[in-house]
Amino acid sequence: MDTIQLTIDNKPVVVKKGITILDAASSVGIHIPTLCHMKLDDLNIENRPGGCRICVVEVEGRRNLAPACCTEVADGMVINSHSIRVINARQTVLELILSDHPADCLICAKSGKCELQDMAHHLGIREIHYKGEQSTYREDTSPAIIRDVDKCIMCRRCEMMCNEVQTVGVLSAINRGFNAVVSPAFEMNLDHSVCTYCGQCVAVCPTGALTEVDQTAQVVRALSDPTKTVVVQTAPAVRAALGEEFDMEPGTLVTGKLAASLRRLGFNYVFDTDFAADLTIMEEGTEMLNRLSRFLEGDKNVKLPILTSCCPAWVKFFEHQFPQLNDIPSTARSPQQMFGSIAKTYFAEKMGIDREDLVVVSIMPCVAKKYECGRDEFKVNENPDVDYAITTRELAGLIKLANIDFNKLPNEDFDLPLGESTGAGVIFGTTGGVIEAAVRTAYELYTKKPLQKLDFHELRGMEGIRHATIDFAGFPLKIGIAHGLGNARKLLEKIESGESEFHAIEIMSCPGGCIGGGGQPYHHGNAEILKKRQMALYQEDSNKTIRKSHENPYIIQLYEEFLGKPMSEKAHHLLHTEYFDRT
Amino acid sequence: MPKIKLADNTIKVIKDVCAEYNNSEGELINVLHKVQHKLGYLPAEVQEVIAKELKTSVAKVYGVVTFYSFFSMVPKGEFPISICMGTACYVRGAEQVLNEFKRQLKVEVGESTGDGMFSLNCLRCLGACGLSPVVMVGEKVYGRVAPTQVKQIITDYRDGCGSSDSSKTA
Repeated sequence: MDTIQLTIDNKPVVVKKGITILDAASSVGIHIPTLCHMKLDDLNIENRPGGCRICVVEVEGRRNLAPACCTEVADGMVINSHSIRVINARQTVLELILSDHPADCLICAKSGKCELQDMAHHLGIREIHYKGEQSTYREDTSPAIIRDVDKCIMCRRCEMMCNEVQTVGVLSAINRGFNAVVSPAFEMNLDHSVCTYCGQCVAVCPTGALTEVDQTAQVVRALSDPTKTVVVQTAPAVRAALGEEFDMEPGTLVTGKLAASLRRLGFNYVFDTDFAADLTIMEEGTEMLNRLSRFLEGDKNVKLPILTSCCPAWVKFFEHQFPQLNDIPSTARSPQQMFGSIAKTYFAEKMGIDREDLVVVSIMPCVAKKYECGRDEFKVNENPDVDYAITTRELAGLIKLANIDFNKLPNEDFDLPLGESTGAGVIFGTTGGVIEAAVRTAYELYTKKPLQKLDFHELRGMEGIRHATIDFAGFPLKIGIAHGLGNARKLLEKIESGESEFHAIEIMSCPGGCIGGGGQPYHHGNAEILKKRQMALYQEDSNKTIRKSHENPYIIQLYEEFLGKPMSEKAHHLLHTEYFDRT
Repeated sequence: MPKIKLADNTIKVIKDVCAEYNNSEGELINVLHKVQHKLGYLPAEVQEVIAKELKTSVAKVYGVVTFYSFFSMVPKGEFPISICMGTACYVRGAEQVLNEFKRQLKVEVGESTGDGMFSLNCLRCLGACGLSPVVMVGEKVYGRVAPTQVKQIITDYRDGCGSSDSSKTA
């Protein structure tokens, strides 16, 4: 390997040829501030348009300052990362950015988590010497995401996510100079575009230009209404990330404190989406086995591979981009919607509560879930199965609002019956988890034999596209996994061209799966955080006594008392859905 | 998203241009140039066909169309009027000339008159700085234009003699 020598801040450095000054500096612990740059190692995601010029450094013998994020190191370079010239340039650049930025930090949704605000603090900006016109643009509110372009600093991270990673292609920089904004085509609003609401633009936005639609106020109102019974469900990925909002180490599991905090907030019943994940496995797993048995019996019309359907952004993606494949995904609703449906039927009947008096709130790592719960097919007489879906971040806000000392909360359990779950339900929150959970159940239902080992390491990891073959008592079940919609697109194109040899494919829209969802605490470009969250979920799974969905006693009870069996007519009515051509 | 409602032969024109450039995304600007030359402008529906053919997002296409002032999303008038706003023309009063055109035609820059006769645009330096301020109507160049002449130029075209009147050509 070619290495070169250079000096950064009087420190001799030996690095690989071809890397940037920024990476060379960070390899010896020198932190150069950046604003537009973002890099998620292991996920092959990098944004370095070299646009903001905050990362400039002084290179001896070079006339102008060099942007560290996109200047390659050269042999013998002598670099100063914080000379007076560099600091002056950074402050000037930032002041110019701030001169066209609304100074409403006190009431901005991003306050405290804003990279621009942090940078102003870091560079000690006390005065903005440049006064001039401020760009103004209309606010665009969709069912899940709000665009407040006035706060955009044109870092282009959202554009990179939307186009290169997700291949959705909604966001692009348009117009020129002072009038340039990031916008959908023809300046249409997001809800008219093919936006999937995956929220990855929100996840990487350094400022308050892209945020989720905040529904905490509606939740507080429901909680304070004495005529309502308010139940809450919480998605698997939330427990692996919520702690970060309370200064805990990434990857800290806070399942017990999460349940306790929801109870303190006044929810009447604290349930778990993991229960509905187990239910999803019963339905989706059965559907998969049905299709497989028909396939093995020689049925040529059976649709394979079966695709998972838990992710609302993924569902919207194929409805827009691959409507001709609408009959391939499983018809199973997502766990959020299965939960809402069961809560407002089975549970409401059990407790003698009218549907209208029951409010279902979900805590999700996701912003697309806000859109999903508003879809018409998930309403009965205009009353939605899930009333409000709030993000992990919004929940943290609620907990702070209620003066709950989260770190000191005791560990508590979820309520029964809809709070009992298995290890299989827990791993739904990470890429590879849904299909592993499905395999655990499908294998035992298919072979009628107990699994020797429950950990399918061949299905785990962070690679964008993975595949594995699982021996189903002599039948090689071929499984594909994709996370990130760009990777999903590659698998879909193979299916279209008839090259796909998979029997089942798991797809999650967000890099890493729900642990990296658009509603999670901001990772600020640190991919280690995602890996730690993933590890936390596998740890929670291995700590569970019951790790297979079909062994969840309350799932068994639900089928005995209410649904009959998986894919029954009632189950079909309450737990399955249909897809639409949105082109 | 607006539904594509172009005539079949228009779609064919666009597809042919794209094919000429091997449907390559990297040729987007060239494709836009040629399509605009053939169709006169680049409305949303046209951009959608181009995006589809070049396998890129329509947002990207729209981004390029709105970045370059040469591209237009509104049909050009029968007589497109361009006013040079280059440095020499500007200091010699191009802005006043432009304002007079705006006032007379009741349109803003980038727009066309309701009857489709005129469209108004700015451009940068025709290399005829000695004649500044310079105005182009179609292919015809007017030099040393004063705001007071604007009304007459428009009237000439309205009366149908502007385009054939070569006496004012520089």
